[in-house]
Amino acid sequence: MPTPEWLRRRRSKNQNDGAALWTRCVKCAEVLYRPDLAANLWVCTKCGYHFRMNAFDRISTIVDNDFVEIGNEVQSGDPLEWVDKKSYPAKLAADRENSQLGEGVVCGCGTLTGRDVALGVMDFHFRGGTMGTVVGERITMLLEEARKRRIPCIIFTASGGARMEEGMLALMQMAKTTAAVARFMDDGNLFVTVLTDPTSGGVSASFAFQSDVIVAEPKAMIGFAGRRVIEQTIRQKLPDQFQTAEFLLEKGHVDMVVDRHDLKAALGRILEYAAAEPVAAGSDR
Amino acid sequence: MNVIVEREKGLLELERRIEELRAATTSQSVDMSSDIRALEEKYAQIQHEIFSSMSPWQKVHMARHPNRPTTLDYLAQFARFDELHGDRHFRDDPSIVGGFALLGTRSVMAIGEQRGRDTKENLRRNFGMPSPEGYRKVRRLAHLASRLGLPIVTFVDTKGADPGIASEEHAQSEAIASCLYEFTQARVPVVAVVIGEGGSGGALALSIADRLIMLEHSYYSVATPEGCAAILWSDAGKAEEAAARLKLTAQDLQGFGIVDEIVPEPLGGAHRDAAGSVARVLGSVESSLRQLSALPTAELLEARYRKYRRIGAWHAERLEAIGDNL
Repeated sequence: MPTPEWLRRRRSKNQNDGAALWTRCVKCAEVLYRPDLAANLWVCTKCGYHFRMNAFDRISTIVDNDFVEIGNEVQSGDPLEWVDKKSYPAKLAADRENSQLGEGVVCGCGTLTGRDVALGVMDFHFRGGTMGTVVGERITMLLEEARKRRIPCIIFTASGGARMEEGMLALMQMAKTTAAVARFMDDGNLFVTVLTDPTSGGVSASFAFQSDVIVAEPKAMIGFAGRRVIEQTIRQKLPDQFQTAEFLLEKGHVDMVVDRHDLKAALGRILEYAAAEPVAAGSDR
Repeated sequence: MNVIVEREKGLLELERRIEELRAATTSQSVDMSSDIRALEEKYAQIQHEIFSSMSPWQKVHMARHPNRPTTLDYLAQFARFDELHGDRHFRDDPSIVGGFALLGTRSVMAIGEQRGRDTKENLRRNFGMPSPEGYRKVRRLAHLASRLGLPIVTFVDTKGADPGIASEEHAQSEAIASCLYEFTQARVPVVAVVIGEGGSGGALALSIADRLIMLEHSYYSVATPEGCAAILWSDAGKAEEAAARLKLTAQDLQGFGIVDEIVPEPLGGAHRDAAGSVARVLGSVESSLRQLSALPTAELLEARYRKYRRIGAWHAERLEAIGDNL
């Protein structure tokens, strides 16, 4: 199958960016050759640290080279007419330029090991993956499409929570996406979330933790309140492993922690199990 | 320091002096009615100056006023209330109060966030910031109400969900997420009232509703102004600026179509006439329930879905189609 247009554009941008040919591992400080890093799915070749991934890079590692976007025509407004150091529209424009994304989530449909799937991928590089009205709308559209087509839905989360600059309209996206999740799941469809670094606040307290199967990437920070907030509240330092994927696995909050190299295969197996035993419509979640 | 309490100090002093003069008039049979009248006029004038137009920041402080009616004050004016306790897993969270109640002659499930009215009670009730156990109790009671066909009435009054170590260990995210799920699917009318503070996801967990009512000087925000300032500018001291930008007042939120009804408060705030304020709110809740109870369940759920489906402010070429074509 030919390389899709979106992926070609993405890759050419990466390749032309000469200044960023080398990068340093956030964890072990090893200097890494970017093409090697990309070939290793943005996992440090020395220490195994999982870098935060660009949404399209992620999509290319999950789907079978086919992906039709949903909701990319939906663009941000400025409902609060927010201005601090910069205006909100100026912040959005800067993030669009830097991330080459229209907003903080990319949604669409494709196939994963041959099965139809609705896929949403959040990107921390756009406003910290925060959920505003566009992220909420796109995820809702994705779930409605998946429900209509009766196909499983997988959402990769990466988010600092609700987007402050859209105020209550951002908070209400938790309600909107929940309503869409509930309709989708109550029809007997499979919902899987993959929690990546970091997942917190309004996203973790809504669709991230409403799914049937919750997968997490190694060492991802996942929690409701941010580390800084908790440390300020209790006035002491938190242990390093607090709120990591492994910590959550031990506490029983997530189903599995899966290395990025095994992720597509693991998701493929989950889809396969679910397809073999269709859940009756209207059954309790 | 509460800016409203500070501003009230002068008024309370005036009130005391008026009382003194009244007492003197009776005991010493001296006519001081003109002095009293003058002071009363001054009182009314100052009260009007302070309270007739309040900034968002002042409203945040009004919502936090120590004398403001809390959930238990509302429950006390129900015809009957029988509290139910516990999450059935770990413990009973005192920052959530809920149970069977009679509103007029109607059986309902009443659930609310409860802050303390003094330091001791605040420590016991964790300043009205629920833990996962609290949200699991909410979910349990909402589910019970849905099964029995009892309408749900909630009272929202929190700075937010508890951000502590134990809350993270007990899956605060999951507890809130499950609450949201339960309320979107509850097969009974849901009426939520923001009576004081509506802070973030911790407030949303009790306020997915067919009808959202706010008191005139309550606030509802994506985060507390302090939280927002800390997140955006790493400086909680800029809370007043955050409050001004967040559009968190009942009036702003009605403009966005998030709030369905605003219940007026007496000049000076709900605590100036607590019983009257509570009665007005309960009257609004009753009339909302009357309207909602007339709807068949399927219609009720469809309307609730559409209500939230429409909330947003983005633009797209196909704008019209979304929300009307579900």
